[in-house]
Amino acid sequence: MRRDACALVLPLALAALLALPASAAPAAPVLQQWTTSQGSHVLFIEEHALPMIDVEIDFHAGSAYDPPGKEGLAALVIDNLNDGTPQHDEQALARAFADAGAQLAGQADADRASLTLRTLSSAAQREPALDLLCELLHAPTFPQPAFERERTRSLSGLREALAQPDGLADQAFYPRMFPGHGYGRQPGEASLQAIARDDLALFWSTRYRAAGAVISLVGDLDRTAAQALAERLSAALPAGAAPDPLPPQSQPMVPGRIDIAHPAEQAHLLLGLPGFAFGDPDYVALMVANYVLGGGGFSSRLTEEVREKRGLVYNVNSQFVPQAQPGAFEISLQTRRDQAAQALALVRKVLDDFVAHGPTAAELKAAQQNLAGGFPLRLDSNRKLLAFAAMMGFYHLPDDWMQAYPRAIRTLTLAQVRDAVRRRLHPDQLLTVVVAGSPAADAPAGAVQ
Amino acid sequence: MSRSILLVSAVCALLLSGLPAAAAAPAEHTLTLPNGLRIVVHEDHRAPTAVVQVWYRVGSIDESDGTSGLAHVLEHMMFKGTPSVPAGAFSKTIARVGGRDNAFTGTEHTAYFEQIHRDQLELALRMEADRMANLSFRDSDFASEIKVVMEERRLRTDDQPRAMLDEQLAATVFQSNPYRRPVVGWMDDLQHLTANDARDWYHRWYAPNNACLVVAGDVQAAEVFRLARRHFGPLARRPLPPRRPQLEAEPLGARRIVVKVPATVPVLAIGWPAPALRDAERDWQPYALDLLAAVLAGDTGRFADQLVRGRQVAVSADAGFDDLRRGPGLFTVEAAPVAGHSIAELEQAVLDEIRRVQDQGVSSEELARVRTQVVAAQVYGRDSVFFQAMQIGTYDTLGLPWQEVDRVPERLARITPEQVQEVARRYLQPDRSTVAVLDPQPLPAGAPAPDPLAGPVRGLENHHAP
Repeated sequence: MRRDACALVLPLALAALLALPASAAPAAPVLQQWTTSQGSHVLFIEEHALPMIDVEIDFHAGSAYDPPGKEGLAALVIDNLNDGTPQHDEQALARAFADAGAQLAGQADADRASLTLRTLSSAAQREPALDLLCELLHAPTFPQPAFERERTRSLSGLREALAQPDGLADQAFYPRMFPGHGYGRQPGEASLQAIARDDLALFWSTRYRAAGAVISLVGDLDRTAAQALAERLSAALPAGAAPDPLPPQSQPMVPGRIDIAHPAEQAHLLLGLPGFAFGDPDYVALMVANYVLGGGGFSSRLTEEVREKRGLVYNVNSQFVPQAQPGAFEISLQTRRDQAAQALALVRKVLDDFVAHGPTAAELKAAQQNLAGGFPLRLDSNRKLLAFAAMMGFYHLPDDWMQAYPRAIRTLTLAQVRDAVRRRLHPDQLLTVVVAGSPAADAPAGAVQ
Repeated sequence: MSRSILLVSAVCALLLSGLPAAAAAPAEHTLTLPNGLRIVVHEDHRAPTAVVQVWYRVGSIDESDGTSGLAHVLEHMMFKGTPSVPAGAFSKTIARVGGRDNAFTGTEHTAYFEQIHRDQLELALRMEADRMANLSFRDSDFASEIKVVMEERRLRTDDQPRAMLDEQLAATVFQSNPYRRPVVGWMDDLQHLTANDARDWYHRWYAPNNACLVVAGDVQAAEVFRLARRHFGPLARRPLPPRRPQLEAEPLGARRIVVKVPATVPVLAIGWPAPALRDAERDWQPYALDLLAAVLAGDTGRFADQLVRGRQVAVSADAGFDDLRRGPGLFTVEAAPVAGHSIAELEQAVLDEIRRVQDQGVSSEELARVRTQVVAAQVYGRDSVFFQAMQIGTYDTLGLPWQEVDRVPERLARITPEQVQEVARRYLQPDRSTVAVLDPQPLPAGAPAPDPLAGPVRGLENHHAP
């Protein structure tokens, strides 16, 4: 579950750049930031148009922090967080949130475990919902029966996923993309079985601490109320030093090709190269480059060549996955199994051409127009503002990032993009996973018998 | 990514119906042009963006045997050019002004949308009006695109065990109604569709008097109407084909099917036909069925309480009622057993819960909880301009007044626990049910065994020099 890390900007900044008439311009959201006395980073956008409040709390507690041999732990912790407190059991918690009209959700990706609460802003509904949230931040009890049930459910989900081409591709891809690193860890039946209830409590008490947590608030409350709320949430969390950051990857990726047999109608292809982390100096150039190659939907070369011209796929795309440590650059596609070799050869050709020559001037311009011009669409709801604020806070993006980023997109030159692509993408290092390819017809000459 | 089928899940139907457009929108926000095009504008000035949606009242329900999937195929072809906007140029033009566009097809509708900066409103309206009247694609573009649609079917249905189960369930619940055919179409039908089938479909159904334009966001209604008159106004009204009711006969007894596909986890799906919403003001049964589904489903529902947490016979169990459609509604339950419990045990447990509602009813506390969530969801729904436009289009395409979207909470508030019990008794009878079971088949030799999960995939992969 990766968030799209494509960049965002405030409407006001964009309006200024485009010299739009300011008369009807809605007031731009203003991002305020501070730190609570317990050391949580707070990001706040005041938005009174709707009587609702969105809260997100992010912890450095994603799957990359799974202990080796206990892969799947981070996901189980966030899944089990609302299974009980000293005051309420699981059913009572679920009913109490529902009776307040509030929506609680949790999820974990590689870096982050995120808890979100959406509540109405009237005191009668807000206060019970926030009380409950504080309660489960403060003392989740991880009851043994609920834990066992959730683990059984995870096992079932894993079995279902690993019967599917996508799940099998991931299982083969990430350990080779990130050998020896947290980003490469994949849950398995044995690792899920190795997890005990106490592992959840320990993981929670060391990684769900106030220090290092990022609290994002958007909606119908003022600065004073936001400050009080953030203090309350932060005070509910375990004290102690901020959890250790994720170490960098020490071993290089393992290039090569992996074929996995499967009876599916379609072959699933996943190609990868090393990508980059948030804060990388080539961030903007590579995001723009990726739009041209395979991130820009029907404006991208991959979609044009593989789908539009030849009808080989319904979906083909490429993406960089920026994370705390460098993530992957990935190309994925699915095609009728007897076309896998043809599609793969074509994707390789498009990639090689792109790396050799970079985008054209017209392609660069179209990418800049879409990525900079499309920013208001990435910020036109409270939900989107929340995700934006949380990303900025979690990845320590600069305070002026919202203004600086679109400016950087617009001022990129063709030479800069071509240079970044040539330096950063090395197709000879490609990791290629093919699930359900037809081996007989599938082999690029010399690669597969 | 794109040109995609929208499958509004049954579970979502209640929330979809429960989310609002502007409360008591002023009359000037609705206009019908002389050529029959209906226009609804929903103003929301929080951000300088807008969404344009064009909804055509034509979906897979309007298809015939042998040409299933045609509504969706035409949706794909709508991007293949007019004399003034060549094939592929539509999306690129929208992208170059920072926008996004796409389309979706369902049983009831085919819809196209653009999400744009408010200053690009006229561009979107001009291009939508253009392809409403002037679509002109080449045979070669059809030949290529139909292959894309077949890949879409492989991706989203053929290789998805649960999607295959749902497709087979619908094909068994419905015998005379077109809902027995999948929106994406049967593969064999797709293989025999022609470019002229698609052109005929376009000429039959794509006309201003079979469409609704919804514009939401940072726009002024008067300006939208002015631009719509300019671009859509000149298009000619056209006679539309007759629509026949194709009512489904009452089931004569329980139906039971088994779907054997390569998979690891068995799944149970049960469907019962039930009345869809026709008269939003007078009907009560669809609302009672909505409430019944909500009492059973979700985190606080009876299935979670009794089947997942209590008896621990299900890893998941959900219920939903799809009543926003022109044909018969469908009440569904879908559940997967905990390993070690059989499908038969799970089925019995599901039926026990339904019997409990039939015999003992539901509590007013349960209904109050559902209503609280619907009212809150109505506020939350206002956060998404796109979603509000979706609701307006969904209702309008069904011939329901879109203002009804706002009234769902009051309609639900009128329903009593006795009425919920009554619809459970009347419609969720075993003799009216279709039970579909996904029976997982081992992956063939050479493929991963169902249980190869300790560590990385073993013995299945071959490394090759790149």
